[in-house]
Amino acid sequence: MSETIRRDPRREWIARNRLHPEHARVIAALGGNGGGAVAISEWLGPNGVVRRNPRAIGFIGPNGIKRIDRSGLQQGGQPTATTTAARDSRRTVVIDQPAFLVAVVPDMTGGRLSSHDKDLLGLARRVADADVERPGAVVAILFGEYKGEGGGELKEQALGEAGIDRVVHFDDEFYAGFAPEARLAALSAVEREMTPRCWLLPDSPLGGADLGRRLAVRLGERAATGVWQIEADNKAPMGWRCTARGGGGSLDIQRPLPRVALALAECAEPVDETRHAAEQLTLSASIPATLSRIEDLGQVAVDPAGVALAEAEFILSGGNGVKQWDAFHHAAKVLGATEGASRVAVDDGFMARDRQVGATGTWVTARVYMAVGISGAIQHLQGIQRCDKVVAINLDPGCDMVKRADLAVIGDAGNILAALVARIEQYREQQQEKRNAA
Amino acid sequence: MPHNANPLSKMELSVAVLVSVGRHPLTARARRADHDARAVEMALSLGNANVQLIHAGDNGAPSEEALRSYLGMGLGEISLIKQSLGADVLPALAAWLRDAAPHLVLTGTRAETGEGSGLVPYMLAEILGWPVISGLAQVESIEGGIATVLQALPRGKRRRLRIRLPAIATVDSSAPVARQNAFGPARRGEFATRTCASAIDELQAQWSEQPARKRPKRLKIVKSASARDRFKAAAAKADSGGGQLLSDVTPEQGAEAIFTLLKGEDVLG
Ligand SMILES: Cc1cc2nc3c(=O)[nH]c(=O)nc-3n(C[C@H](O)[C@H](O)[C@H](O)COP(=O)(O)OP(=O)(O)OC[C@H]3O[C@@H](n4cnc5c(N)ncnc54)[C@H](O)[C@@H]3O)c2cc1C
Repeated sequence: MSETIRRDPRREWIARNRLHPEHARVIAALGGNGGGAVAISEWLGPNGVVRRNPRAIGFIGPNGIKRIDRSGLQQGGQPTATTTAARDSRRTVVIDQPAFLVAVVPDMTGGRLSSHDKDLLGLARRVADADVERPGAVVAILFGEYKGEGGGELKEQALGEAGIDRVVHFDDEFYAGFAPEARLAALSAVEREMTPRCWLLPDSPLGGADLGRRLAVRLGERAATGVWQIEADNKAPMGWRCTARGGGGSLDIQRPLPRVALALAECAEPVDETRHAAEQLTLSASIPATLSRIEDLGQVAVDPAGVALAEAEFILSGGNGVKQWDAFHHAAKVLGATEGASRVAVDDGFMARDRQVGATGTWVTARVYMAVGISGAIQHLQGIQRCDKVVAINLDPGCDMVKRADLAVIGDAGNILAALVARIEQYREQQQEKRNAA
Repeated sequence: MPHNANPLSKMELSVAVLVSVGRHPLTARARRADHDARAVEMALSLGNANVQLIHAGDNGAPSEEALRSYLGMGLGEISLIKQSLGADVLPALAAWLRDAAPHLVLTGTRAETGEGSGLVPYMLAEILGWPVISGLAQVESIEGGIATVLQALPRGKRRRLRIRLPAIATVDSSAPVARQNAFGPARRGEFATRTCASAIDELQAQWSEQPARKRPKRLKIVKSASARDRFKAAAAKADSGGGQLLSDVTPEQGAEAIFTLLKGEDVLG
């Protein structure tokens, strides 16, 4: 495209003349590169003077009142520029010659960094960056599949944004599932080759809590467990002192930070200002094969109805909008979901009292919460604050549950549930066929 | 407890349970530790197993009371290894286990008093060279020196594991609740005391302990250049908006969208 600016004096004149019948159209055309109908509020006049149209500033707020946003987001005509700037505000940090290494073994539940992992990486950064002159590098040791936040390079970006300088990834099949012995062998190999100054693991049941204790014992270190705070301390050998929860949560133990520490969630702020390299490393030596005395036979199907509501991972919850309760129970069974209910459904006797979700019921922590015919009263929404993904099926597109939902489908609950059940049964059949074929 | 429905083999199985003195979370009185009691319960539910209880530590009057409540679960005797206050009980326990050579050792996940780090089972496993697993929820079968067990995962899920015996397993609150302790058996039960040289835990003596402070609540920090963003973040209703809204779709299309989400989240078994 040619960069020459072509002037159209007539159009400019119309743009200046607010009373011209074609004014609105011309303004729209001039400002139309980005937003279409948005009139530009500022442009360079023919004599090089900046012209402003005060009427084009601002937008009509929800109550029909004109609001002017002075944060600079709307003005300047190029909102995209500001958003890209906001995205790139992280400082890129590359540590080429680390003075020492801090090894972190995140849990990677479901193939992603959990919030506990991110807190732990924040802690690792504090330890690594204590001395500005001689910064250390954070090495993350990942096991199994890594899903990341997107595809391709985005993966490294997500790791880098969590504060990881180097990545050692063990993705062989025998590290998947519960393989503490194989993982321990891999960590021992990392220890031999890189000798990190300290090891940090999340003190989360069955994740870092198990592996970290094994590692500490193998390295002959007296691990600090339940660490929730660290402070600089010149007298300590590592230069840090830590506070750890002990005695069943009733004691705070202050001790020098040992080489292996298992930290609780919220032990530090996650990294949010810098972006690190997340450079891939590979071990030069091969890992000796271990004789495994623990064999993982895979997960066992549990009856979702028996799972406590507060623990359930996937909840199908019904409210006043559910008319056919038999179909609802059937859907829960097909989906493999634990059943929940709103208070109205419980009061009307369709569900048991211990199935009530909300302020006076159970506070649930499901990863996926499906609300069928629930309006989303505040007492109910309180109970689902900690759910990750909310799916709503409702007739009313304006209700609060739909506003809260990550996915809302407007329509009759009975029909949609029936269609969903059909779809899932079809999926299960396909799975079965695939298994039979294999 | 019905003893007839026993899936285990006829082989005499010996199970050792490491028990400790717990602490009531509210009254701070000595009691039987919850996880340890569940471990005892699990051992007793193994039917024909020969269950031994071991406690290593100093034995004052309140802790004797607490230990007796394990006896009240229906056991005749508890092996008590006398140790001085502040001793590292690990060598004593390891020596005892090496002598007794049980097939399976059950412990609680972590102690309710002292450091409570939950390291003891792992250290014992390393010293004895036995495998260790955590979060034991149920023992399914023990055959030919191999135990098939269920391990409790978060969110009520279970994983089946096969471990070679002898092994150590820790029990947490996902295991079945311990039975009541009965007064009579608790009185009648005996302590088989033996002494063992105490190794003082020097490292721990250097640490300072204080009652747990309340952890500060994390504040929602909004880092943003403009006041408008900060205001929006402070005043916004939690997580409103940003969702996908499907109106005017057929039930099938809606179901397809929900199905895609469920599959992406990996909740369809
Ligand atoms: C002190 C106090 C404590 C409370 N505690 C709780 C609590 O812990 N938990 C709780 O849940 N409630 C609680 N409530 C009650 C709460 O205020 C609401 O009354 C209740 O949550 C509403 O339940 P609902 O959404 O199922 O019913 P409704 O508000 O009647 O909503 C029904 C929804 O279903 C939709 N609908 C109707 N027909 C269909 C159809 N065919 N297909 C699809 N959608 C349809 C409607 O559009 C509507 O959105 C409490 C109230 C008080 C005063």
